[in-house]
Amino acid sequence: MDIIASLGLGFSVALDPINIFYCFIGVLLGTLVGVLPGIGPTATIAMLLPITFSLSPTAALIMLAGIYYGAQYGGSTTAILINLPGESSSAVTAIDGYQMARKGRAGAALATAALGSFFAGTVATLLLAFFAPPLARAALNFGAPEYFALIVLGLLVSIALAHGSLLKALGMIVLGLLLGMVGQDIYTGQPRFTFGVRELYSGLNFVSVAVGVFGVAEILRNLESEKGRDVMVKTVTGLWLSKADFRRIIAPVIRGTALGSLLGVLPGGGHILSSFASYSTEKRISKHPEEFGHGAIEGVAGPESANNAAAQTSFIPLLTLGIPAHPVMALMVGAFILQGITPGPNVINDQPALFWGIIASMWIGNVLLVLLNLPLIGLWVKMLSIPYRALFPAIVLFACIGCFSINQNVYDIYAIGFFGIVGYVLIRFGCEPAPLLLGFVLGPLLEEHLRRAMIISRGDPMIFLERPISATLLGLAVLAVVIAALPKFRKKRNEVFVEED
Amino acid sequence: MKTNAIKFAAAALLAGLAMSGTAFGQDYPTKPVTVVVPFSAGGPTDTVARLIAEVMSKDLGQQVVVQNVGGAGGTLGAGQVATAADDGYTLLLHHIGMSTAPSLYRSLPYDPQTDFATIGLITSVPMTLVARKDFEPDTLDELIAFVKANGEDITYAHAGIGSASQLCGMLFMEALGTQMTTVPYQGSGPAMTDIIGGQIDLLCDQTTNTTSQIQAGEVKAYAVTTPERLGNLPDLPTTAEAGLPGLQVGVWHGLYAPVGTTPEIIARLGSSLQAALADPTVIERFAELGTVPVSAAEATPAALTEMLTSQTAQWKGIIDAAGIYAE
Repeated sequence: MDIIASLGLGFSVALDPINIFYCFIGVLLGTLVGVLPGIGPTATIAMLLPITFSLSPTAALIMLAGIYYGAQYGGSTTAILINLPGESSSAVTAIDGYQMARKGRAGAALATAALGSFFAGTVATLLLAFFAPPLARAALNFGAPEYFALIVLGLLVSIALAHGSLLKALGMIVLGLLLGMVGQDIYTGQPRFTFGVRELYSGLNFVSVAVGVFGVAEILRNLESEKGRDVMVKTVTGLWLSKADFRRIIAPVIRGTALGSLLGVLPGGGHILSSFASYSTEKRISKHPEEFGHGAIEGVAGPESANNAAAQTSFIPLLTLGIPAHPVMALMVGAFILQGITPGPNVINDQPALFWGIIASMWIGNVLLVLLNLPLIGLWVKMLSIPYRALFPAIVLFACIGCFSINQNVYDIYAIGFFGIVGYVLIRFGCEPAPLLLGFVLGPLLEEHLRRAMIISRGDPMIFLERPISATLLGLAVLAVVIAALPKFRKKRNEVFVEED
Repeated sequence: MKTNAIKFAAAALLAGLAMSGTAFGQDYPTKPVTVVVPFSAGGPTDTVARLIAEVMSKDLGQQVVVQNVGGAGGTLGAGQVATAADDGYTLLLHHIGMSTAPSLYRSLPYDPQTDFATIGLITSVPMTLVARKDFEPDTLDELIAFVKANGEDITYAHAGIGSASQLCGMLFMEALGTQMTTVPYQGSGPAMTDIIGGQIDLLCDQTTNTTSQIQAGEVKAYAVTTPERLGNLPDLPTTAEAGLPGLQVGVWHGLYAPVGTTPEIIARLGSSLQAALADPTVIERFAELGTVPVSAAEATPAALTEMLTSQTAQWKGIIDAAGIYAE
């Protein structure tokens, strides 16, 4: 009853025309910045912070939240159409989404992403409304050892599933781990692999690396032969999903939503794992794993649902405990404070209209997003008919502006060029960029949590086995390796990361 | 008719030129002013900057834009301003890290004391000593005894090299003459998460991050590191009251311009800063952060220079003794 009344209050706030208006502005901006390669929600929210001064706290926070989850919708668009992921989550979408686009199924891929995201957003909003405080409490049981074990499991599941090019996939993960080490060591402050360049102290920018190894490398590959270029598929068959498609995406969407919702609650990096985990799961249990990497619709449906669910549930630690789960949430903390509200456990009681209003607005925002994105699919697909000579300089230019806008750091732009060439060389050697990004994203987290756990235990590695959650997760990781090594499974084993021949 | 019009236009043009010429000094600023914050957006320092910038924009009649140039413990952004044009259009808003960087970073490409012109102090954010809520000691006295007895079995969280929480921890351990196991995090957020989750024992952090958690009873608080108690935490004793007068630390923020900026421009910015610090909204928002703006007398170049000089010397001693450096 209580929750119903609270949700009623929330909807009365969120359905206020002014708030609907700002919610719409938020999700529209979010979609746009998500679509523009390089410019992410972090930069956008940072730029808009001063504007929110003049708004009411509720309107301001509804708008900023809308930008964040709106960008999750928009981010998949460029990943699918031009193989240019703007965030770690859409890097996974690019694998099969881009292959679908090359086969003329860009419309279906975009529709899958939008519908999956909408379903995930709806479920995650309900979770937020009903279980936010207990979920946040449960997430607090995750300390450094648990996060370490979780990431080990995530990495091993991905590796265990690879075969054929297992060596190359492993090599790429290790290269990614090494690239992730660039920058100032957070424990000692010592610079690593920075070559005396202070601009590299904060490490390599994810967006630069992703735009380089995915986008620029793809462009270089397409420029190889003027005639053999197959990137722009002119004949687009059907913008909408067939009945068979619907049947294929239902289960992955549900599984992705469940995985993403749970991982998103973990403030120590769970949301990063969500789309990778979903992709691995879908490929593992698929009846036709050979399609993955060649345009399997499940490879879009699962990860897209997972990342949107995680985006939504990552608000749980912020709204219930005042803890930011990632940089965008840290910006939201700043936005709260600028509005005169200190985020913390008291917000739910002191500002019920604000708390429930934001939650209700998320569902409204998801409705607006799906209404906004489905009609846009036709427009986005038309983008593919833009002549390549006009499109590719524009892509590179936008990517550079976007990356630079985050930190005003020219090395972020150099990195795009550098990793574009690296990515191209890797493609020529038959190595794939996805494992590299997995290593790059998870490597620093793995190291951070491993070392923190060891500092807390004062050098005793038993801490990983003494704590039940961490021991269970590590047990599962061992199981994953054993299963992968068994001959029966080896026959069925497939290539998680291999995107194309 | 025609010639008159031309003459009039020429006269107007000349007058315009003459006016812009004579009024050059007083006319500052004629374009938006950038305030570089050497940390990411959304953090406590960024919040202070944005609150101030809003009011200074009105006072100066030009937009004051906050630009976040994070990285390398704040030395990247500071370094950029050190070499920026000294025309008053690029400023730096930095905190206590300005005084610790020369000791923490051995190859700093700028000198905080000679490469900048000071404009004024802004605020000094108090720090609070907090612990996970099931941590044994209940008062600062008990905590001191407990830390002395258990030493490195106690874990102390801080927000990374050069962060205010690391400095406070160093000062605390120096005051007690005991070492704890220090656990660095990437920023205050994750450190606070682990305190609330009971993963780690102690943290000394800015009221910006701790006040709401203390009020909600999510963490146990021992003392505030300022000479006086805080308005929104009236029951929390000061370190001096609770028996540890040596633990005095506040995260002071100052506004700087590149060295060589003319005294006229510095004075104009100073008066604008003082206007911002007297603004009711700024005072109110600062109070919610658990801090107060400095007095008009402290929002001056002399006060900031004095603070920077004395703090640089103080932290050099403490940091050198602790043997901590970033490169």
